[in-house]
Amino acid sequence: MAEFKEAPAGAPAATQVTTWLQNRFPTAFEAYKVHMSEYYAPKNFNFWYFFGSLALLVLVIQIVTGIFLVMHYKPDATKAFASVEYIMRDVPWGWLIRYMHSTGASAFFIVVYMHMWRGMIYGSYKKPRELIWIFGCAIFLCLMAEAFMGYLLPWGQMSYWGAQVIINLFAAIPFIGPDLSLLIRGDYVVGDATLNRFFSFHVIAVPLVLLGLVVAHLLALHDVGSNNPDGVEIKARKDPKTGIPLDGIPFHPYHTVHDIVGVSVFLFIFSAIIFFMPEAGGYFLEYNNFIPADPLQTPAHIAPVWYFTPYYSMLRAVTDPMVNVFAVVVALAAVLAVLKGGLAGKWKVAVLVGAVVVVAALKTFDAKFWGVVVMGVAVLIMFPLPWLDRSPVKSIRYRPGWNKWLYGIFVVNFVVLGYLGIKPPSEIGTLVSQIGTLFYFGFFLLMPWWSRMGEFKAVPDRVTFQPH
Amino acid sequence: MSDATSAVALEPGMDPDRRRWIAITCGAGAVGGVAVAVPFVSTFAPSERARAAGAPVQVDISAIKPGEKLTVEWRGKPVWIVRRTPEQLATLKVVESQLADPASERTQYPTPAYAKNEHRSIKPEFFVGVGICSHLGCSPSDKFTPGAQPSLPDDWHGGFLCPCHGSTFDLAGRVFKNKPAPDNLEVPPHMYLSDTVLLIGEDKKA
Repeated sequence: MAEFKEAPAGAPAATQVTTWLQNRFPTAFEAYKVHMSEYYAPKNFNFWYFFGSLALLVLVIQIVTGIFLVMHYKPDATKAFASVEYIMRDVPWGWLIRYMHSTGASAFFIVVYMHMWRGMIYGSYKKPRELIWIFGCAIFLCLMAEAFMGYLLPWGQMSYWGAQVIINLFAAIPFIGPDLSLLIRGDYVVGDATLNRFFSFHVIAVPLVLLGLVVAHLLALHDVGSNNPDGVEIKARKDPKTGIPLDGIPFHPYHTVHDIVGVSVFLFIFSAIIFFMPEAGGYFLEYNNFIPADPLQTPAHIAPVWYFTPYYSMLRAVTDPMVNVFAVVVALAAVLAVLKGGLAGKWKVAVLVGAVVVVAALKTFDAKFWGVVVMGVAVLIMFPLPWLDRSPVKSIRYRPGWNKWLYGIFVVNFVVLGYLGIKPPSEIGTLVSQIGTLFYFGFFLLMPWWSRMGEFKAVPDRVTFQPH
Repeated sequence: MSDATSAVALEPGMDPDRRRWIAITCGAGAVGGVAVAVPFVSTFAPSERARAAGAPVQVDISAIKPGEKLTVEWRGKPVWIVRRTPEQLATLKVVESQLADPASERTQYPTPAYAKNEHRSIKPEFFVGVGICSHLGCSPSDKFTPGAQPSLPDDWHGGFLCPCHGSTFDLAGRVFKNKPAPDNLEVPPHMYLSDTVLLIGEDKKA
């Protein structure tokens, strides 16, 4: 408990008010210091460091526009579609609020994908920032749930059939699947009950969890401090007198002003999309979703919104021959582990037994179930990244040169998978997405080995930074 | 019980009796918490109203011409009634070797005994099936025209194509091999009330 201070006699009114507040709510003043004026962030932040603050901005946009949309929207299967059209046509400026929200959803994923990419290339998830990364992955999961459930609300054809497909994914789980999907839908088909509960989750439950995770993400970040493009720990070199990191600058005003530049550029692009191409050629708002939901007729071509399509491609890639490929890969990995792994006898037996069980399971359950597993694992595999990466340095700047190619191919592969997920199924598309799926998983699962290979460059003591 | 408590090292001033009561109240609290969660989770299940819906549907099939399909809604799902031409029925034998489960022996969506035959229907001409793909629940589209076309093999004999993941079905709703869908289209319980009136959702057994 801080001591009760008195403002000096005759002090200006502002000082008196501040003193009054300081005596009653010192936590707020302390928080301002810890998180703003005395939070020292590295001075060498580059372009990629805009996306964290932009994600926060988009979150605020989504919450504010969402609050206003709920004032006019009706979560009722017979009224939902019409109420969205009502917002678009009859509510004054309703179209703007709605387009801000629908464009905001895509913007959220663009910004978050960039933010995650930044973490990957600069090794921001490595010790001591593992928890920040895990909170971030959980935020990504919440975001996917939020986007998926929000997409049902306009009750168009894509809303309906998209939800039908995703909920049926859960039905593929052996034994409990059918009951689980029934529990999610609340009816034997996607219907009014489903719409109502998705509305509840979309506007209350998931946003609350999301906000909690964002707070945890930021608190953990401010506890250990930000990483930077050089992957140098700035806390290792402090001014002996002040104890302030030599390469750190106060978040406010330096980075806040810096981030305003990013915000301005972002808002230019964001506004241009809202005003000139809110549907973004059918990528942000799919054309089939302007047709009311019809449970008797699936549109000729259905695809998820672009941000889910890389994972959707991987789901579609799992056919019966692909399951056989998985079985062969598992068997080879087990043989290799036994011959070359240097394991004790007991562990060799365990590896072999485990491999036999996995191969048996692969052959027992349908390819449909394994497609769902692949899709789920493709997202969840991000969580253990801090432990998969065994590289001695954080930043790609000091990793072997070929790492840049590998990370480049990873991005191209992700984009190609995303493109194929938008397209109707085809023979060649399936083959390419199968190769892409194997590469995606190979990238992560073989990381403990390849991340240690090659010549690493010397990491400098201080960050590299040229003032302009 | 006594073993567990004695294993805890006694700190000075610690009263094991109080510790035990804390453990018991925590346990009781957890049981209460789970008990409260039950009604909340139960609300996710289909309501009594949703359970009650799903009465059988009567359909007059006299207006369907050969080669045409009629879709009716039963329990919120599309049910197809396809009147197949003799040529179309002949294709069922031709494609048999390319099917995953030609005799409908899988049990995920059991085919009723009266439809477990080469044409998968009571009357050879009329196929009655739920138009929901056994993969992820999309409704396949009609592809009755034979021949090569996008997303279909060149020796296509007519059937259905699921637009979502490319599963194909023959004109008896049987799924082709190496497709994402594991099962043939479901045949709902149904019976003929007369020559031209079909009842979907109930059969003679029931």
